[in-house]
Parts: sequence; C-alpha cells; structure tokens
Amino acid sequence: MKTFTYRTATSLDEGLEPGATFLAGGTNLVDLMKLGVATPDVLVDVTKLPLDEVSDRPDGGLRIGAGVRNSDLAVHPRVRQDYPVLSQALLAGASGQLRNMATTAGNLLQRTRCRYFMDATMPCNKHEPGSGCPAQEGDHRNLAILGGSPSCIATHPSDMAVALTALDAVVQTDRRSLALGDLYVLPGSTPEQETVLSHGELITSVDLPDPRGKSAYRKVRDRASYAFAVGSVAAVLRVDDGTVADVRLAFGAVAPKPWRAYRAEEALRGRPATRSSFLEAADAELAAATPLRDNAYKITLIRNLVASVLEGLA
Amino acid sequence: MDLRVNGEPHSLDLDPRTTLLDALREHMGLTGAKKGCDHGQCGACTVLLDGRRVNSCLILAVTLDGASVTTIEGLSHPVQEAFLEHDGFQCGYCTPGQICSAVGMLAEADGASLPDAEIRERMSGNLCRCGAYPNIVAAIREVAAR
Ligand SMILES: Cc1cc2nc3c(=O)[nH]c(=O)nc-3n(C[C@H](O)[C@H](O)[C@H](O)COP(=O)(O)OP(=O)(O)OC[C@H]3O[C@@H](n4cnc5c(N)ncnc54)[C@H](O)[C@@H]3O)c2cc1C
Ligand code: FES
Ligand code: FES
Repeated sequence: MKTFTYRTATSLDEGLEPGATFLAGGTNLVDLMKLGVATPDVLVDVTKLPLDEVSDRPDGGLRIGAGVRNSDLAVHPRVRQDYPVLSQALLAGASGQLRNMATTAGNLLQRTRCRYFMDATMPCNKHEPGSGCPAQEGDHRNLAILGGSPSCIATHPSDMAVALTALDAVVQTDRRSLALGDLYVLPGSTPEQETVLSHGELITSVDLPDPRGKSAYRKVRDRASYAFAVGSVAAVLRVDDGTVADVRLAFGAVAPKPWRAYRAEEALRGRPATRSSFLEAADAELAAATPLRDNAYKITLIRNLVASVLEGLA
Repeated sequence: MDLRVNGEPHSLDLDPRTTLLDALREHMGLTGAKKGCDHGQCGACTVLLDGRRVNSCLILAVTLDGASVTTIEGLSHPVQEAFLEHDGFQCGYCTPGQICSAVGMLAEADGASLPDAEIRERMSGNLCRCGAYPNIVAAIREVAAR
C-alpha cells in the first residue's frame, strides 16, 4: 500500500485539502488501496462527523445520514415498515460484518468489481484513460448490457443504490441537492468519471420521499449469500382495481449505474397488473440492451425477475 | 493512538497503513484472529469492535483511537463451549472468526428465533474451507435456543 497522511474530520465546515480522499467504513477504499488501485495521498476519516442519524422529514419522508451503517439502516423501524425494498436490498448485500462497517455514502460510491479494474497491473480506461478495456473481449460475464460503451462496460455493484433509485432518493452534499439518478454518469469515452461530484464534495445525507406503494427487492447471485448480484430488481408498485396506478423500477448489476427502467414504467402505467404486461414492460426496457458474448443471459434473468417481483407486489 | 483490547489499554504508534488485523497479530501478539483473504471475503479475521462484529482486515487501526476491541483471546461465551460439544471445526482456521461472528450475530438477533436457514444467512460472512458448516450451525442453534 502506498503511504498516505491520515486525518480525522471533526466538523463539516473544515475545508478538504487538495488530493484528499474521504474514508468511511473503508470496506471498499481500504481494499482498493491494498490492491494498489486507489492511491490517495491524504485520507480524511469522515466517520466522526455527526452524519449517523436517521430522521423523519416533515413531508413524511426519511433523511438518512451519510454515515449511517448499512446494518443499522436495514433494521431501522421506518425502513422496515415503509421502505422494505431498501431493507431487503441492504440485507442482500455483503455480510453481517461488512454491513456493520459500510456506510450510506460509501455504499453509493463503491467502485465496480470488474476484475480488470480491480487489478492494478491490467489495462483499464478507469485506471489510465486510453489504456483500453480488456473486458470487451475478455471476462464480461457479469458486466453491463445497458449503458456501457466501447471504453467501459463495468457494472455498479451496489444493491442499496438500486433500491434507492427505485425510491426516487435525493442525495444531499455539502454544496447541493441531487436526484440519485443524476449522481452517476455513464462511461461514454470518459469512464474514469463516475459521478458528477467534484473533488472534496461531501455527501451528507440521502433523502427519501414519503412512501409511494408496496416495494420489494430481489437479487440473483452465483451462490446463496455473500456474493455480488448478477442481476437484481427493485420495484415500488401501486395497483388500483387491478390497474397499475404507479410503478418505479430499477435494475442492478446490468449497467454502470443503478438502472432506472423508465421505459418499462411508462409501458406499465395504466395497464392491467398482470404477468403479461409485466413481461411486455420488461421487454420495452431491455430492447435497448447491447449484450456481449457472455452476458446475454442477463436479459432473460432481468425479464423474469421483473415479472416475479411485480407479481409478488400486485 | 490508544486502543483497548480485551479490556487492556494499549498505546500504539503505528504506520497508518496498518490494519487492525495486523496490529493485533504483529504488534500485540494476538494471533487468534486469522488472515485468510485479507480482502473482506472470508471472515477469518472477524473481531468485535465496540461489541459489533467486523472484518479487522479492512479497518485501518489509526481510525480506532479510543475504541474497544474483543478478540477470541478475550472472549468467554457459551458459543465456545458449544463449538467443542458439536465439533464445529476441523482444521480450526476459521474458528476464531466463526465464534466472534456468532457472538456478534446473536447480539444482533437479540433473542429472535433463528431457524437454521436464518443462522446460515446471518453467518454467511464466515467461510469454512473444511465445510464444517452443519456442526457450526448446530452449535449456534443450541446457544440461540437458550
Ligand atoms: C467481500 C465483499 C462483498 C461485498 N458484497 C456486496 C454486495 O453483495 N452488495 C453490495 O451492495 N455491496 C457489497 N460489498 C460492498 C460494500 O457494500 C461496500 O464496500 C460498502 O458499502 C462501502 O461503504 P464504506 O462506508 O465502507 O465505504 P468506503 O470504502 O469508506 O468508501 C467508498 C468510497 O466512498 C467515498 N465516500 C465515503 N463516504 C463519503 C462521503 N460522505 N462523501 C463523499 N464520498 C464518500 C470514499 O472516498 C470512497 O471513494 C461487498 C464488499 C466486500 C468487501
Ligand atoms: S481475512 Fe479478513 S475477511 Fe478474510
Ligand atoms: S475448520 Fe477448517 S476452515 Fe473451518
């Protein structure tokens, strides 16, 4: 691991020095530092900042502090009761130990698990723009079918972020407020840029609007537990009289960001809440998929997941 | 920095790159917590940090000034007896992590009933290369039922 200077942030108005990187639970950053993929000069520990509260918002929503541990959020009574999709997504991620360390903001900003990205000795356009993307021809079984580019097909690995995307979460930073969907940027020709955050911009909380329907998360992985998704679906659904009144859908492990399925949602609103409309809606979204040699299975997987999750909620 | 380990205060002067796992093993002579993968993938390094189970291989020790850590060496809990009774191990490499994790997990469950599938899910962050899982589950089941 490269050497670095360590500091602890004790108040929100302390400026961040150039070159500094925030450290939260460390479950991703410390790992990447050991691998030589992350090489910060200065680490600023943000876990002592007062960002570890979950509180009710006046509009009936919820404010989740950036430093709340994933395990605490998963069992928070309001999350369990009003946002089950979020609780389920959190509990489907990582392990009990890791969730005790991982934080809200760290989870959102965790980096891809693409094996070429995680190996500092491999070419990767995220490490070194212009060095190439070996995944295009190589191991891309768990990489993107939506939103990728010839420069990068890395997938965003978070479960929590998929649930938050379906919940229309808003990210608060020390400078502004951002819809979660606007936090991440697609790779295009600059995959080294993953979010719109500027250097030293601190996420302070994630806000949820009031609950808008029944919700659920379902994740498929290579083993029963303690594995990243190969595909997942988060859904919020409200059905009136057998008709879809409102629906929000997000897909995980299929794109460089949690993928909000707007086309599927549009195809569903006002339609009968039946398996055949659910499958048609999934098809409307997945028509844009551009699978590679070894990841076309994700199309079928997501299609079936959409139908089963929505049937479970309808 | 100051760290309380198994009830004993320690004053340490560490390279900031040192993980809690390396601090325990290399600087304090506490080799109970094991280094399996060093990347959060196996659970062999599990210890209790302020009572909560964590992977000590992914925590920088410098972040823990003033914290309290319990390792297998400092633990005295019915889960240990139960692992012996039920033969919850073969080579024993994963055992300190399994036991610390089980103690943390039982505190998280807070008396909730734990069917085997639930024990397995909650313990999924601890791998056992010897495949002693059925006996590990049996040991935890017994303590959980008390
Ligand atoms: C073996 C293993 C299995 C895993 N399995 C899963 C899984 O199945 N599903 C899943 O979703 N995740 C999984 N994870 C990933 C885990 O959820 C993330 O590592 C964790 O959520 C990151 O949170 P953290 O607080 O530890 O972040 P850190 O590692 O501390 O930080 C991550 C990034 O966020 C930045 N950051 C942190 N806080 C802030 C802030 N307030 N403002 C701005 N930037 C900030 C840091 O600078 C860094 O770039 C797994 C991890 C491991 C090691
Ligand atoms: S050594 Fe820490 S999880 Fe494997
Ligand atoms: S007893 Fe050998 S690894 Fe678990």
